[in-house]
Amino acid sequence: MISYLPYPVRIDDITVETEDGNLKTFKLVFENEAQQKAWKHVPGQFAMLSLAGQGEIPIGIASSPTEQGHLLFTVNRAGKVTTALHQMHPGARMGVRGPLGNGFPIDTEMKGKNIVIIAGGFAVTTLRATLIYLMEHRRDYGKITFIYGARTPGMLLYQKELQEWAKRDDVELHITVDREAPGWNGLVGFVPTIAGQVAPSPENSVALICGPPIMIKFTMPPLEKIGWTDDQVYLSLENRMKCGEGLCCHCNVGPTLVCKDGPVFTRSQVRQLPLEY
Amino acid sequence: MPAIKAARSAGGRGHGPLLPPCVLHDNFFYRTRTDYMPTINEKLTEEIRAQARTLLADGTVAAVIGFARGSLPMTVKPVVVRAAADCGRLVWNSFCVLNLANYLPEVLKSVEPPRGPRDPKPAGPLPKVAVLATGCWSRNIVVQTQEHQVDRERVVVMGVASRGMVSRRKVESHFSGREILAVEELDHDLLVTGADFADKINRWSVVRDNCQTCIHPDPVLVDVRIGEPASARKNPNPFKQVDDLEAQTSAERWAWFTSEFSTCIRCYACRNACPLCYCPTCFVDDARPQWVGKSLDPVDTGLFHLLRAYHCAGRCTDCGACESVCPMGINMRMLTKKLNKDVLNLYGMEAGMQPGSPLPLTTYATTDPQKFIVTEAKAVKEDE
Amino acid sequence: MKVFRLSQAELDDMVQQWSTTRRVYRPATGRQQPAQADCAPGWERAGDGAPLTVAAGPSKASVKTFLFPQPETMQTYSLKSSDPDRALLKEAAKAADKQIVVGLRPCDARSVQLNNLPYRDDPYYQAGLVRTVMVGFTCKAMCSTCFCDQMGGSPMATEGLDIAVSQLDDSFVAEALTPAGEELTAGLDLTPAADSDLKALAALRKDCPQPDNARLDTLKGRDLNTLYKAPLWQGLGESCINCGACTFICPTCYCFDVQDEVVRGAGRRIRYWDSCMFPLYSLHTTGHNPRGLKMQRTRNRFMHKLKYFPDRFGPFSCVGCGRCVQDCPVNIDIREVISDLLTVE
Repeated sequence: MISYLPYPVRIDDITVETEDGNLKTFKLVFENEAQQKAWKHVPGQFAMLSLAGQGEIPIGIASSPTEQGHLLFTVNRAGKVTTALHQMHPGARMGVRGPLGNGFPIDTEMKGKNIVIIAGGFAVTTLRATLIYLMEHRRDYGKITFIYGARTPGMLLYQKELQEWAKRDDVELHITVDREAPGWNGLVGFVPTIAGQVAPSPENSVALICGPPIMIKFTMPPLEKIGWTDDQVYLSLENRMKCGEGLCCHCNVGPTLVCKDGPVFTRSQVRQLPLEY
Repeated sequence: MPAIKAARSAGGRGHGPLLPPCVLHDNFFYRTRTDYMPTINEKLTEEIRAQARTLLADGTVAAVIGFARGSLPMTVKPVVVRAAADCGRLVWNSFCVLNLANYLPEVLKSVEPPRGPRDPKPAGPLPKVAVLATGCWSRNIVVQTQEHQVDRERVVVMGVASRGMVSRRKVESHFSGREILAVEELDHDLLVTGADFADKINRWSVVRDNCQTCIHPDPVLVDVRIGEPASARKNPNPFKQVDDLEAQTSAERWAWFTSEFSTCIRCYACRNACPLCYCPTCFVDDARPQWVGKSLDPVDTGLFHLLRAYHCAGRCTDCGACESVCPMGINMRMLTKKLNKDVLNLYGMEAGMQPGSPLPLTTYATTDPQKFIVTEAKAVKEDE
Repeated sequence: MKVFRLSQAELDDMVQQWSTTRRVYRPATGRQQPAQADCAPGWERAGDGAPLTVAAGPSKASVKTFLFPQPETMQTYSLKSSDPDRALLKEAAKAADKQIVVGLRPCDARSVQLNNLPYRDDPYYQAGLVRTVMVGFTCKAMCSTCFCDQMGGSPMATEGLDIAVSQLDDSFVAEALTPAGEELTAGLDLTPAADSDLKALAALRKDCPQPDNARLDTLKGRDLNTLYKAPLWQGLGESCINCGACTFICPTCYCFDVQDEVVRGAGRRIRYWDSCMFPLYSLHTTGHNPRGLKMQRTRNRFMHKLKYFPDRFGPFSCVGCGRCVQDCPVNIDIREVISDLLTVE
């Protein structure tokens, strides 16, 4: 039986991620230890963040299941609930309902393969969860390539972690910004361009791409050029949703429910769908 | 396919005799079909089709907004016809209760050449749209023009005088639950047929309330005349229903209001059928801030109807579309009618009757009556 | 199964007896009747002594309001700063007392079963199923807008009912079909049906239109994209005014929205009927709307009922009650939509 009752959690810590202050990462700790222990998610899944008096919003889970004891959500301030959430302080009570959706196929199609992660803007959140999970289970996967771009250096999320990951020799990291910026010594250029330059061969590989639609659109041709097919590429869709359990119907893309059948789809699955996302 | 045996009968009193089997067009939904419903006013229909054909064939307009046959007795479908060859679909009868001006802004947009949101308006005149309009609908086009929703230059008004549209609900309640299978429109009567009855009823007796009190049946704008013009109707008091309500005590009026709107299901058909309601986001849908609750709380429902009526003050032409489309049969028109009365009494204006002058509530004159402004002293006095 | 024979007076008496200990609802007899405080629009409390008459055809308002209330309070909470449980959501107390719905038709009974396909794991719907006893009236005749037989139902069907009441020439036959139905008839002084009554009932069943899905089922095999891109949606979208009338009167439309309501520090999270006809339904916070056009929304409703739902669950999400045919302000007739879809190339 479905439960629509969110688990009570406390905001343990809030990190302002970007220079414009519009993205904050909320570290949430369960009030009830049993509920915390029972919580199990896969990278790529999402949860409903619940604010009493405001409502619920679906947000991708930014923490990896291997990070025990808390959940991380990076939230862009955009609407009614996210604005209220941005005004909250550590110690405040809120709710989490989930985990919801299917998540990335970490135990099936991704196992033993080379993984290419391509992220643009703040869509990187669930891919952070994925990368951390992959690094914790490093031997289960082949070569890992992580390509991530933002408009400016100040708009990059998880900057401290990016620096740490860069030191590792078992992950190939390509961080790029759209334009030259003072103090930036890294790559400059749009994600599709960089992806075209650094993407490995499609052999025994899987790509996870999350970002604005325009980025995904332009990332595909360079990949296709070197032989990638739509079946190897995983995308995550977003639509307005209310229940997250496949009942309220808000998120349907034609016959497909993003909350229940997704949010992760292969690109060939997405191509079969009507343009309702 | 089993033949259908009997038709609807009055509630609980046993069932009527057999409905003659009617299989139409090899269609598996065989029981009622459009061609079973001769609800057409032949002469006006032919004229509308001919004029529409001409307008489309010679390129004067890119589309014609009119009505096609409905699938049930006493219904019509609003349609947009874009080819001269399709004009045979158009019909005219006493059941055209929807206000076609409601479709005008959108259809005008649809015939423009496609362009991006930031592209400039193309040079040269844009394609025109023809629309059928009775007195009240044409007044709505005037209001739409005054409010810059519609470019008058791009509209060809096919003006047709209204005989008063028939209320389907009134006809149905006249036959108290017996199912009506066909309605034929005669000169002054309706011939209503069911499985076990065929009755003539006086047409005017079942005309909608707003049409019965209407004094402007003829369109105020006419580019192409359909049929004969109608002279202004005399009605010593078009606001009699409002007066009667106003004569009640406040307790009685409150009882009327709560009872009338208690069955609202918040489907917003009244709002969406109204040519005045074109806000991109209606106040009831706004989330930030949320003005109105979304469930069926009587306070929220009442607030929606009151605010909607006030938004229509000075703009409503009493076309009755809101009331006609309500699936629950709520007489929300009483609210707008009351405001129409107030605007007429306070400012001497009727919406859409003075194309040259501004809308009453968008302008200010020092001579405007001010007694409705409640001052503290006055409020106290009235309380005593 | 127990079968009884009742006169109109005995039927009224039975309902009257139920109403002394339970809440009994019947379709409202007139619109003039203000909706009673605990009644959804279109329904009223039975038990006032008035004879039970059920007009032919489906009731004005569908039965879904009893299983899927408008609104359903899901959780409650306090926002008072003095409350130690401030902002803690708690499951709202569920009503558990039995409610009896009298006078629904076989189409509505079937809608309850159809909605149960997506809602089989929904706690509120399931609780509603347990507490609602449905006493339905089979249809001796079909209205001109009825097409239940085309959608897999039948005017004399009893599926989903606890008690099925059928009208014979001068009396009624009540079949208690479920334990809940038998419980209601137990202890009442009822006359068992005679063989002649049972024969008459069987004859009615035999003569009435039987479920006939053959023709419509061809729709299920059609390619989704062909139907999705069919030209008919353009014209439908142009006529449609995108009100929610069809979705709210429809017994098988089951979308909902969730909202928080706070009054003086006391909050509740409710779910209430939503409509895919409304632009807000699919609007993203960014302003992007995947179904921003009227046509797309009109198409979504029909595609959901006739393609998406059957692809997922089997049957169409339509019982052929004809309410939307009757009440659509612009006469969009689902029977015509189906006919047109069947001929899409």
